[in-house]
Amino acid sequence: MSLITTLARLEAVDSGRAQPLATVRHRHLTDRPLVLVPLTTAGEAGAPLGALVGTDRESPRLLAVAQPRDRDLRFAFLAELAEAVLPHIEAYADVVEPAERNETDPATGKKTKVEVELCTDAAQLVVPSRAGVEFVRLLGRSMRFRRTAEDDPDTPYPAPARVPLLGRWLTHYGERARVPGSSLLLAATDLLNRHWATGQSSLEDQHLGALLAWIDPPAGSSGAEAALRAELARDGEGQLLCPPAGPATDPDFDNRLLAPAIERYDRARTAFASAEDGLAADARLAELSGAEREIRSLLARVMLPTWDAVWRGLDLLRELPEGARAEDRWSRDRWSFTGHRDRVRSGEPPQPRRDDAVTAAQKLASRETAQAQLEAQEALDDPLVLAGRRLAGEAFLASVTDVEMTYTESKRPSPRPLVTVRTDERPHLAERTKVYRTLDGKPQTAEFVRYAGEPPADADGAVAEPVRADPEGGPRTGADGTAADDGEVLLVLRILDRMGRGKEPAPGSVPEPGDRIAWTLFEHDQRGGPKLPDPEETPWTHGGPPGADAATRAEHPDPVTPEDLL
Amino acid sequence: MTVAFDPGAAAARATAAILDDTLHGGSRGVVVDSPPGAGKSTLVVRAALELAAAGHPLMVIAQTNAQVDDLVVRLAEKEPELPVGRLHSSDSDPYDKVLDGLANVTKSAKAADLAGLDVVISTAAKWAHVKNVEPWGHAIVDEAYQMRSDALLAVAGLFRRALFVGDPGQLDPFSIVGADQWAGLSYDPSASAVSTLLAHNPELPQHRLPVSWRLPASAAPLVSDAFYPYTPFRSGTDHGDRKLSFGVASDGSGPDRVLDEAAESGWGLLELPARHTPRTDPEAVRAVALVVRRLLDRGGVATSERADDPVPVTADRVAVGTAHRDQAAAVRAALAELGVTGVAVDTANRLQGREFDVTVVLHPLSGRPDATAFHLETGRLCVLASRHRHACVVVCREGVADLLDEHPSTEPVQLGVTVKFPDGWEANHAVLAHLAEHRVRWRP
Repeated sequence: MSLITTLARLEAVDSGRAQPLATVRHRHLTDRPLVLVPLTTAGEAGAPLGALVGTDRESPRLLAVAQPRDRDLRFAFLAELAEAVLPHIEAYADVVEPAERNETDPATGKKTKVEVELCTDAAQLVVPSRAGVEFVRLLGRSMRFRRTAEDDPDTPYPAPARVPLLGRWLTHYGERARVPGSSLLLAATDLLNRHWATGQSSLEDQHLGALLAWIDPPAGSSGAEAALRAELARDGEGQLLCPPAGPATDPDFDNRLLAPAIERYDRARTAFASAEDGLAADARLAELSGAEREIRSLLARVMLPTWDAVWRGLDLLRELPEGARAEDRWSRDRWSFTGHRDRVRSGEPPQPRRDDAVTAAQKLASRETAQAQLEAQEALDDPLVLAGRRLAGEAFLASVTDVEMTYTESKRPSPRPLVTVRTDERPHLAERTKVYRTLDGKPQTAEFVRYAGEPPADADGAVAEPVRADPEGGPRTGADGTAADDGEVLLVLRILDRMGRGKEPAPGSVPEPGDRIAWTLFEHDQRGGPKLPDPEETPWTHGGPPGADAATRAEHPDPVTPEDLL
Repeated sequence: MTVAFDPGAAAARATAAILDDTLHGGSRGVVVDSPPGAGKSTLVVRAALELAAAGHPLMVIAQTNAQVDDLVVRLAEKEPELPVGRLHSSDSDPYDKVLDGLANVTKSAKAADLAGLDVVISTAAKWAHVKNVEPWGHAIVDEAYQMRSDALLAVAGLFRRALFVGDPGQLDPFSIVGADQWAGLSYDPSASAVSTLLAHNPELPQHRLPVSWRLPASAAPLVSDAFYPYTPFRSGTDHGDRKLSFGVASDGSGPDRVLDEAAESGWGLLELPARHTPRTDPEAVRAVALVVRRLLDRGGVATSERADDPVPVTADRVAVGTAHRDQAAAVRAALAELGVTGVAVDTANRLQGREFDVTVVLHPLSGRPDATAFHLETGRLCVLASRHRHACVVVCREGVADLLDEHPSTEPVQLGVTVKFPDGWEANHAVLAHLAEHRVRWRP
């Protein structure tokens, strides 16, 4: 936890209200996010119990499984979920704009621009908590390898038609959610925690109700009190006033309300099945649907508070203006969305159960790039985030006091102006540390030369003293009066680029005395990593190319054993 | 054992076996585990020279530019005539200017310019961009345990067979994003290159260098027991071969007493009163700076097998190690305030592979309210406790043993992942127990 976050949390404890960690919204929110509040059955991984889903906060669609252990009912639930989610996704898939993508021509090896379609917007999915993201992933995994009757007429338990497709999309969303800064699948708690610091533990911050209580407590109550109530308060029946955001349910709800209701449903179903004439069957059917309605209303009761909380969280986030570079990250999400759309349409098989060596390495590399880019972009978009980086010595604000022109010693000299800046901050600078600033939306690079007042290092200095052995003892104070006791230091920076091609720098490309500039020690853009070999050329150190047997092993479901009770 | 252990002979036997496997063996890879200061760089240089002499074109993969430049210089020292290529990035100042003075070294940012040279050296990051070249017959991968599996994936197509050299006890490579999703896969991209290599090629010959020439007799047994419990090593020197002494007598203060203890026994623990502090604990940082200042002021001289006469311990022979970068920055500022310059102050990650006479360590757990996986990582403590030739002084708040007991390892167990021994918890306890015998309590 950074120092500034610690400070914000202390202030939150002190004031009883959550404190802002950001002045802008760092994630893109679409106009019509699809909110999904899932519930799962205790004791069985991946057995859905119910869900609220929809894009209209006033009319969520309620999905429920009256007997979660019944595979037919589970398939019915998943089919219904597919009907609720897929049309939303598909609505975005057909609205496209032309775009260009760099592709390498396999024949010539040259890079060429290819005209492709890019979805103008992508379907956004919001779940209450990080556990909800995990559940989306689990649902995706449980569905994408299912076979429908159309895929394989002999399959013993065919899945409803659109279930495997939903599985592929949910898998894609779950995987994309692992990319730092992506917004295709968001958890409300993560979103709120990014923008506010509460006075509770990070574990408690995963509780959506408690989190909202800190950020926006009811009138006349402190955040801490409201959060405690959200976590613990129960009604006369012993039920939590603020049910957990799921997908796990409260054990007291399971034991006292849900289990008896499911038992009544099971009895009614048995009775219905054993009805001997039409009249009895009608009566028992009425009983059965009554029992089912009861379960639906129980589930609605525990999911609606969470449903409302997610929307309230989105309202709070929408009050913040969107950060300038969040759109750029969203466009990557759109590319990802379009890419998956194309893979589905071209009939590619579902995502494999495990990544191969090359795919895993590619994913890791792109996520590391995304993480570094996210950190840089957030700091550039938001003075409060930048303040945290400044406090950590990774950025500094400084006023330009002097500019001296120097040139490279080559046949065509290029400008290398020395800029002296004054700052009272303590960036972690060593000789030749690169620093960056934003110039017309692009980064300009400079390097730290010395603290003003020190003699300039002679030309051979770098040879005798490699950087790592450099004493660079941090800012000198008191020397030559250049650094006064009030903590201000003078730094000399050498501007290195973005000054045009001529001998004289382009107008406006060199800072002028009086300019107040934010410099960062981190790069603003990220270079992509090296190209990895194709999976078919996986080297011997990594097991060689994924062989035929490996491929078949990864794609097939586990064999059915006598222990499987399907 | 009745026969006296001859470190020189044992090391020579190990080296001969490694070179034999590398030059004449039939397997595609050879793995060499090297404890701290066991002559890893010497081995790499020697293997490179022998491969070149046998007419095998060779590529060398190191992890940082400093390591690459260091290897180039060492090769030139041993064999000034050998044509060496230094492949470098196209950034400004991509290599150490020392290389400009070496006649045998060709430098280029393009691999094609260096084709045909006996040895071509670069970083793994640069090699990863080299495409469409005829693969080299042989490669040497230096610091292979600090190389990530995905970095090896990017370069493994460039060579047919390779010698992998590294120290398994140092810091594992890390990733700035979560990689749990691949934990347990044999090719987990965030794991070390060697673990992937051995998972897929378990039959490769594995060797071990048995002697640490850096660590003194006072340190090798502790480091070996605490961090290499199943692959013990010895020190190349014996008790009495090395000696640290001071020209100025102790003034009785805490820093002076701990320096005397460390000079006497090789280890010193300066223990400050228990307290929860921010990471840049001002008292502990100042204590570190004071110890360094007194060490230099008291005119430390080191006697060792390297020279006949005692050698003064100057600032460049001293290092301060910390866990975090902000701690290093705070120590640098405190040293500057005391007028000390020239002492290397850095984090464990950056001190890896370097060697000093005396090190002063700010204990990673000092003043902390919790013990996270980062702070417990075995490699971190191992790096900090194994950089010295003579003595190591640890500065720490009281109560770390209790802190450890309150925070047993709680990392989830991942299926398919080889459990590393020892775990950080165990290693920390072992080191603390030893340091407790050399404790100097001090209230600043």
